[in-house]
Amino acid sequence: MKYTAQDFKSNQEVRWCPGCGDHAVISSLHRALPDVCEQLGLSKENLVVVSGIGCSSRLPYYMNTFGFHSIHGRATAISTGIKVANPDLSVWQATGDGDSMAIGGNHFIHAIRRNVDLNIILFNNQIYGLTKGQYSPTSKLGAITKTSPYGTVERPFTPGALVLGARGTFFARSLDSEIKLNQEIFIEAAKHKGTSVVEMLVNCVIFNDGAHSIISDRENRADRTIVLKHGEKMIFGKNKDKGIILDGQGLKVVTIGENGVTEDDILVHDAHCESAGIHNMLVDMKYPDFPVALGVIRDVKAATYDEAVKDQVIEVTGKSNIKSVDELLHSGATWEVK
Amino acid sequence: MQHKIIETEDVVIRFAGDSGDGMQLTGTLFADASALYGNEISTFPDYPAEIRAPQGTVSGVSGFQVHIGSVKINTPGDFCDVLVAMNPAALKANVKWAKPTATIIVDADTFDEKGIQRAGYATQDPIAELNIQDRNLILAPITTLTKESLKDSGLDNKSILRCKNMFTLGMCFFIFNKSLDYTYEYLEKKFKKKPNLIAPNKKVLFDGYNYASNIHAIADTYLVEPAKQEKGTYRNINGNQATAWGLLAASEKSGLPLFCGSYPITPATAILEELAIYKNLGAKTVQAEDEIAGICTAIGAAYAGNLAVTTTSGPGLSLKSEALGLAQITELPLVIVDVQRSGPSTGIPTKTEQTDLNQALYGRNGECPIAVIASHSPSHCFDAAFYAAKYAVEHMMPVILLSEGFLGNGSEPWKIPSMKDYPEIIPPVIKSSEGAFQPYQRDPETFARKWALPGTAGLEHRVGGLEKNTAGVISSDPQNHEKMCAERAEKVSRLANYIPDIQVIGEESGEVLVVGWGGTFGHLFTAVSTLQAEGKSVSLAHFDFINPLPKNSAEVFSKFKKIIVCELNSGQFADYLRAKLPQFKYEQLNKVQGQPFIVKEVIDAVNNIL
Repeated sequence: MKYTAQDFKSNQEVRWCPGCGDHAVISSLHRALPDVCEQLGLSKENLVVVSGIGCSSRLPYYMNTFGFHSIHGRATAISTGIKVANPDLSVWQATGDGDSMAIGGNHFIHAIRRNVDLNIILFNNQIYGLTKGQYSPTSKLGAITKTSPYGTVERPFTPGALVLGARGTFFARSLDSEIKLNQEIFIEAAKHKGTSVVEMLVNCVIFNDGAHSIISDRENRADRTIVLKHGEKMIFGKNKDKGIILDGQGLKVVTIGENGVTEDDILVHDAHCESAGIHNMLVDMKYPDFPVALGVIRDVKAATYDEAVKDQVIEVTGKSNIKSVDELLHSGATWEVK
Repeated sequence: MQHKIIETEDVVIRFAGDSGDGMQLTGTLFADASALYGNEISTFPDYPAEIRAPQGTVSGVSGFQVHIGSVKINTPGDFCDVLVAMNPAALKANVKWAKPTATIIVDADTFDEKGIQRAGYATQDPIAELNIQDRNLILAPITTLTKESLKDSGLDNKSILRCKNMFTLGMCFFIFNKSLDYTYEYLEKKFKKKPNLIAPNKKVLFDGYNYASNIHAIADTYLVEPAKQEKGTYRNINGNQATAWGLLAASEKSGLPLFCGSYPITPATAILEELAIYKNLGAKTVQAEDEIAGICTAIGAAYAGNLAVTTTSGPGLSLKSEALGLAQITELPLVIVDVQRSGPSTGIPTKTEQTDLNQALYGRNGECPIAVIASHSPSHCFDAAFYAAKYAVEHMMPVILLSEGFLGNGSEPWKIPSMKDYPEIIPPVIKSSEGAFQPYQRDPETFARKWALPGTAGLEHRVGGLEKNTAGVISSDPQNHEKMCAERAEKVSRLANYIPDIQVIGEESGEVLVVGWGGTFGHLFTAVSTLQAEGKSVSLAHFDFINPLPKNSAEVFSKFKKIIVCELNSGQFADYLRAKLPQFKYEQLNKVQGQPFIVKEVIDAVNNIL
């Protein structure tokens, strides 16, 4: 019997602010999980949701699954431990731009480098919400916040570039309100073996309202974002007349039908391409020069850490003569006293 | 000249050289050969923090002391009977550890102008400068003889010079009337993949032995008969290895796979290295990106149902503090091993101390008591680790196991125990729940909560760093918070119902009770035994369990007129006892030099208050 979204909702009252983008993300997750479980043959009790600290890290309390709300920045390390201890579990992680990009940056990049089979949902609202409005590592240069009253003088991270820089095998991006796209992405993330990072551009209505509105407003969204699908042309726009081409060593936005550009000239998205060259350019596309790329940008196969650890245990166990602690204690040089 | 064989109960030998001279290996091989012969042994590596400090300087001197005996040996010895110094710096740094009657062997070839200058002597005559001209000094041209021995070996000059330590070891085997067989076997095994090195190493060892036998400068050699040990099979073991094996034993007894998340740090690294070998016993090791990830991966593994461990030393424990609080409030079983070293901060990383006790007891935010257990000898590390894991699992809480560099690196013979003599470890895993599962419902006796593993249908629940109520729901209710803090503390206190009473060594009442904990056991035991043999009214109470204290502690203390707490810090355990058992007056003996006690220091301190 297939689960329903309701099966994944806990009885806890959701305490995010009204209008917070997190509501839409968790709703997408609740709706995606029945398909995830069906497609991967998982039972609800095999799901674990882990988080750090921050608004988004409250998410495990709103899930009727096993959950671990940990400490600031460390969720990725805890998730790694859970997955290595029991690779049969499906481990999900909710984290924010402060939690994963600042205090937890080290664990974040190393989980990705190792390719631990985790599904990390990175709620990027470009602000510290729970501490009430300080700038984060993804706040735009010049952002005015409580700790940057004259504007930040720090260059922000592009999370996707960080993920690819850490040799990430899966990166996707979406907007909080794109419920359907989010569900599709979550299913792809779950199917991917390795660390899947899904960057959710979420709106903080209280401390950073409209952070993404320049691309997310309904009237302009189609022109200012592009939803990438593996094997499909990189075409976007209200009229589906714009596309991305490779121009020299970079990407370029063109209009189909102008200057002799035909649909044949438009790049086809290859999420499975081993080389991250084009993927790097795609994650880095920013408005107004480019549409912001949404969808699964990179999804390549690589061995996972948790499976490798498990396999090594099996392999070494098969080869070793020492099968018990008693045998271990008597291994090597010993002598008898009679 | 016919040399005289001195039969003796025990002798101490100290090998000292440049940190690249292979003194740790030389010392270990000597210790192993002695142990296999049936001697009691105790070892103490004393090495610098730098892997290769500037050659020939005092700061680069690496030492390894071995105490062998035909009687029970409890310490690596205060002062040595034989000192081997491979260069002028080693002599300068170590002559203070030689008894007035000691035989001092030096590599005479290294006492050239450059060598003497590098070692920082004021004159060109180190022997006179150190005032050791009248001591039993053997100036052996070890470098020259090693080169001569291996001139036809086909080895290059650098490789030949690396064999100096084997020549020296050969000399020592003669001086101590030991067979070369064990070391031959060792060399054959070690160089299995480089067979061209086997014969030269054997030859130089043999030549060293013969040289010592031929020079006639060695008037006395020592014979230490095998010790009268209890019947059984023995092996050598060092503390870090014993800790790792104790954890593996707990994994086997509990049926829980072992998970170790750690970051390399001196002097604890060897535990992670050791566990990394034994994947065949199901051990999973994660070399984490930092100390915090070490403990956090372990916490994750504990949540998922493994026997979780993180190993570290003082600075690493500092970094783990916040996560320790998480383990405490989520009430997950976790063993945290701290192999203490000299601090604060980086301190003297390769030197031993007991200065992390306060950190272990108190180093967290909030009301966060954690059980603290200490190892007291290299082989006791096995039992200490086993019981730390047993209590962590059965009582669903983190347990800090304090070891020390002195124990971790030190070794001794160990009568191999049988796993059938160890108790079961019964994880309080719950498979199903009648009614809604209450994650923080407690066992009425232990106060442990149940362990509901992810993957168990119907037991889905959330844990975390936020205060919860018994049902596992976040709660900032003032009364609930106070109650939960008290219950977590009570759970630690109730461990006292499960740990053994403290045993007094010596009379159960008297003038002075020497109180210690951890790695000072051997020194305190030797000091107290010596005083007792002199007819003095002195006993020893050595604590393996620090938080909670054994239930009979106050009763034991009450039987003595004076109590002196001896520890390698400024008085952390003494202060703890003042807080826990304020009805007694505590004298103190403290040492914060990165070095173990000297037995005489303890004897003098006790005599002072007798």
